[in-house]
Amino acid sequence: MKRSSLPRAERALRLAAAALFCALCACARAQDSDAQTQKEIERYRQLLAEGNPAELAQARGEELWKTKRGPKSASLERCDLGLGPGVVKGAYAALPRYFRDTDRVQDLESRLVTCIVALQGFTPEEAMKNPFSAPGRNSDLEALATYVAGESKGMKLAAPMQHQKEIEAFRIGEQLFYRRAGPHDFSCSTCHGDTGKRIRLQDLPKLTEPKEAQRVFTTWPAYRVSQGSVRTMQHRLYDCYWQMRHPQLDYASDASIALEVFMAKYANGGTIDAPGLKR
Amino acid sequence: MSDPMRIRASMAGDKVEVRVLMAHEMETGQRKDASGKLVPAHFIQNISVTHNGRTVLSAQWGTSISKNPFLHFRFGGGKPGEKIAITWLDNLGDKRTDEAIIAAAS
Repeated sequence: MKRSSLPRAERALRLAAAALFCALCACARAQDSDAQTQKEIERYRQLLAEGNPAELAQARGEELWKTKRGPKSASLERCDLGLGPGVVKGAYAALPRYFRDTDRVQDLESRLVTCIVALQGFTPEEAMKNPFSAPGRNSDLEALATYVAGESKGMKLAAPMQHQKEIEAFRIGEQLFYRRAGPHDFSCSTCHGDTGKRIRLQDLPKLTEPKEAQRVFTTWPAYRVSQGSVRTMQHRLYDCYWQMRHPQLDYASDASIALEVFMAKYANGGTIDAPGLKR
Repeated sequence: MSDPMRIRASMAGDKVEVRVLMAHEMETGQRKDASGKLVPAHFIQNISVTHNGRTVLSAQWGTSISKNPFLHFRFGGGKPGEKIAITWLDNLGDKRTDEAIIAAAS
């Protein structure tokens, strides 16, 4: 009895080991093909990036930046984006931040509006009339944001998180991020609070995970292939709010900026790679 | 007035490698606007690329080409410092020509 049971146990063990080995092989193969798919998607993005149409918006934005416009017939070349009047290089890598003259925390787009109003003499309503482009209708703000962001390409994002108002904006952003509301009882964190989620082929980044937040935050503004135009961070947030069926997120509002500050805190340290190219 | 093209031309071995990005709506004529009206077709019909007065590429395009088209091609016989000119003509008669200097191998 004892003699015959021993080999049986050994046989069972061997079988189990063999099964485990096969399972490991299959697992490795699946990972291989996942890696392969990922590599091919990267290659596709690389090919597309060589002809990123966002460059057209960049060129248009640069032209707009230097053109005298508005009742005051001034260009935006004296605009203070946080590093002093007229400094464009690196400005986007240090936003959002607190501005003394407006006594509020501002992101790139709200700051552009401030400059358009202060330097060129447009009213805020005029400046914000057309924040997002549509087929056949360009948006100046979109082009300007693309130009300025592109001038920080390759730099490390370092949004200051020191001023009391910046810390306050972060806290407000945090509240907004986790607050469930609306007919679908959604919050930002419903989609962006976990790793590995996706909608169809679109990966949903976990925005409180630095690696994932960096990848997202540093690649806006981006040319959206599916929309045939450049979109900005403000548009991304506006669209998220629409998708959640929340009340409309006002352009350049304190709430929208607070959400950006919240994201920037986790994305800090990432390398700016704007303008990006997205599906 | 249409926006300028972005042209990059550089040597790749003994060939010239050209990348062109054009700003154009490329309306197919099948899309409807918010009020339900058909948006008229508006697309690039002819493309031609010349190098020292010699045509190195000419093409007829249609509505299947995307908005803001990207064109990538190589041709022989060019040298760094020489000029190429690219012209497009659309179905409404709009026309645009931009020039670029061939750069050394990048």
